[in-house]
Amino acid sequence: MADEPLFDPSLKKKKKKAVAFTEDPLGAEADPTAPAPETIDNTTTSGEPVDLGPTTAHEQMKMNGEGEDDDFKAMFGDLKKKKKKKEIPMDLGDNDSGTSTPTAGGPTPAITEDLDFSDIKKKKKKSKKAALDMEAFEKELSGSKSKSTGDDDDDVEMEHNPNLDIDDADLENDPFAQPIDVPVGVDSGNEPWLSSDRDYAYPELLSRFYTLLHAANPALLSSSSQKRYTIAPPSIHREGNKRSIFANVTDICKKMHRQPEHVIQFLFAEMGTTGSVDGAGRLVIKGRFQQKQVENVLRRYIVEYVACKTCKSMDTLLTKENRIFFMSCESCGSRRSVNAIKSGFQAQVGKRSKNKPA
Amino acid sequence: MSVQNLNSIDPFAEEEILQGTENVGSSLEYIHIRIQQRNGRKTLTTLQGLPTQYDPKKLLKAFKKEFACNGTLVDDDKMGQVIQLQGDQRSKIATFLTENGIEKATIKVHGF
Repeated sequence: MADEPLFDPSLKKKKKKAVAFTEDPLGAEADPTAPAPETIDNTTTSGEPVDLGPTTAHEQMKMNGEGEDDDFKAMFGDLKKKKKKKEIPMDLGDNDSGTSTPTAGGPTPAITEDLDFSDIKKKKKKSKKAALDMEAFEKELSGSKSKSTGDDDDDVEMEHNPNLDIDDADLENDPFAQPIDVPVGVDSGNEPWLSSDRDYAYPELLSRFYTLLHAANPALLSSSSQKRYTIAPPSIHREGNKRSIFANVTDICKKMHRQPEHVIQFLFAEMGTTGSVDGAGRLVIKGRFQQKQVENVLRRYIVEYVACKTCKSMDTLLTKENRIFFMSCESCGSRRSVNAIKSGFQAQVGKRSKNKPA
Repeated sequence: MSVQNLNSIDPFAEEEILQGTENVGSSLEYIHIRIQQRNGRKTLTTLQGLPTQYDPKKLLKAFKKEFACNGTLVDDDKMGQVIQLQGDQRSKIATFLTENGIEKATIKVHGF
């Protein structure tokens, strides 16, 4: 990625370049990284069209607690994500039976295309990620060609596929979904607790609720996964041997609605370095940094200073009152104070004589 | 007749006491693990905010042996004693501390 054109204004326009992550709880689940949850066995399996698709949303909610960070990690769709992505086929196998979670990139692209339309967003997200990190992308290409290409195709189709619902309907009858695996205790169309005389567990009921809910109104699912927070990946390039340039810092700050000074202060504190802003509004950072590294730091910034802890919205404002920063959420109205940025201990690096104030 | 200034409660003293209790009782003090770049691809890792019940000297010795790196103990005016290790030992330190009974939530790993 580092050798891509540095400050490309077209970068933003290209959808694929855009970094994507979902803020709403549904988004978290969308990533295939989540191990196939136990919820599967509760969902009715074969025959029942009701169950198709929406379980995912619920799982998301469930995972939300732990998965929060993942969510943010997904934002830039970096290598880590990539690696996880390779687990997908496994996921698919697990999930498909009852839930038909639209995990992308199954073993054969054709099948996944059929399966996946219940949730378009997820697909897109994934493929975007795929496009994002070129290195990883290539790696993946070599690793599993069919998978990634399938994703890409999907991406294109996604945008203007009018038949989504039809596909969804197909999905119900799809013979492929059922036979893969049926969890042990599940009879066709029955909740597991019906066959035994045990009490139903809370998570089971919860998942049942969500399956029914989303089956009843699929609009809920799609509309909520609509929102996604995207920012262009930071464009980092090297100036000379010891300095890195963060070219689109102002763009990113604008997108996050934050003062560049605040963001820069955070970057410097986190990376334990110093730097300056040059005439063209680019940030010159002392030390060698790669795009991935800066992405990580930015992600942490977003978690701490941009995302609303209550509703996960990115639509927040940061204001300073009495030397304390407050973050107020525009969408849910919550307000909280955020930590001041502290750089902490800075070790002595380089020549001591230079640091002495004479 | 009481003069306010001569009251037994000295506001400054109170302040000090208050601060003292804050520092002692604050369980929210994080252990910060940071990284800094040096020349070329060299880095160093700093650990700041170690709880007082741990002996930094012994910990440093354990770190050095465990991670096979050198390190030193730096006295900072504000931050107190800071452990400084050669190389990027952030994840190793974090796992080491968690394995030895420090809660993960209190450890903050900084850097890229």
